[in-house]
Amino acid sequence: MHEMGIALEIIDITIASVPHNRRVDEVKEINIQIGKFSTVSPVNLKFCFNIASADTELAKAHLSIEVIPVIVKCQNCKAQFEINEPIFKCKICYGTSVELVSGRELDIKSIEIENKE
Amino acid sequence: MSLAYQNSEDKTNKKEIKIIKKVLGANDIIANKLRHQFTEHNVFVLNMMSSPGSGKTTILQKTLAIVKKYFKCAVIVGDICTRNDADRLVQNGIPIVQINTDKFGGDCHLTALRIGEALENIDLNKTELLIIENIGNLVCPAEFDIGEDIKVAILSVTEGEDKPAKYPLMFRECSATLLNKIDLLPYVDFDPATAKKIIKLINPNMLTFELSAKTEEGFDLWISWLRKKVTSKLQTE
Repeated sequence: MHEMGIALEIIDITIASVPHNRRVDEVKEINIQIGKFSTVSPVNLKFCFNIASADTELAKAHLSIEVIPVIVKCQNCKAQFEINEPIFKCKICYGTSVELVSGRELDIKSIEIENKE
Repeated sequence: MSLAYQNSEDKTNKKEIKIIKKVLGANDIIANKLRHQFTEHNVFVLNMMSSPGSGKTTILQKTLAIVKKYFKCAVIVGDICTRNDADRLVQNGIPIVQINTDKFGGDCHLTALRIGEALENIDLNKTELLIIENIGNLVCPAEFDIGEDIKVAILSVTEGEDKPAKYPLMFRECSATLLNKIDLLPYVDFDPATAKKIIKLINPNMLTFELSAKTEEGFDLWISWLRKKVTSKLQTE
């Protein structure tokens, strides 16, 4: 729902991350990780990013989104598995003490810049 | 914050620069500062979240009327527009700050930055319990840390039992759910047992308090739980 704000953050972080000897408009790719259990929709984020970056030096940069599955770990039997619906229960021992291993990501992993050499 | 560059070159004529940074990192840094500030001043912070119209403000009004006898309270109310909530709460005689995110519809959640700004109008030395009424929305507020000690969700019986399954992050993040408007149960098709079952699947440790802000039925348990939480933080300082 707040994808526009997230897109603006991504633009700010990217601009701040470009090495001093390179230009922002040389950024080709921005690699993002979004956990399935975050409240951000990849489709909407791309839509917002394209609008927000249009009049900036990142206009030609492409937002590449990797969706991270929701993985949980049972604190009782230590089983680790992916869940596809929000049911936090161990499918092996049926224990209810399961912790999130992944799925909450909302991270900028890397940026890719055209190689001059 | 300094960034560690790790460059790797690939055959596609692009150079990858590793960043590995949380997009909401800026919010998290401010939220941690706030948390530190709250602990330093011995303030317990409750973040109340729900969909619009679930009864947050009425619950807050009734809750404040009771807990103000035990703790020095302050309130931050977040709304996209209007001061209506602040006006309703002001009669409790408690310091209250209204945050409006935008006159024509702005942010869908409160950020740590906005809480920090609101604190300029609250004397933390004279506060033991700070209640933050978040913007009515079951999606985004769950994602934003605002330095609180606990998050509480409100679900009303006019909303449908499956709301927790539709907004799982909210119910995973909260320590308690207030199941409000139980005075309407005879008139609506809402089964509290089903709602609680769904909540337990998402968050097995969740406590659910069934109550009515209108009749104050069920308020005793909620208030005593809240008092215990606040007291235990104040005592450990």
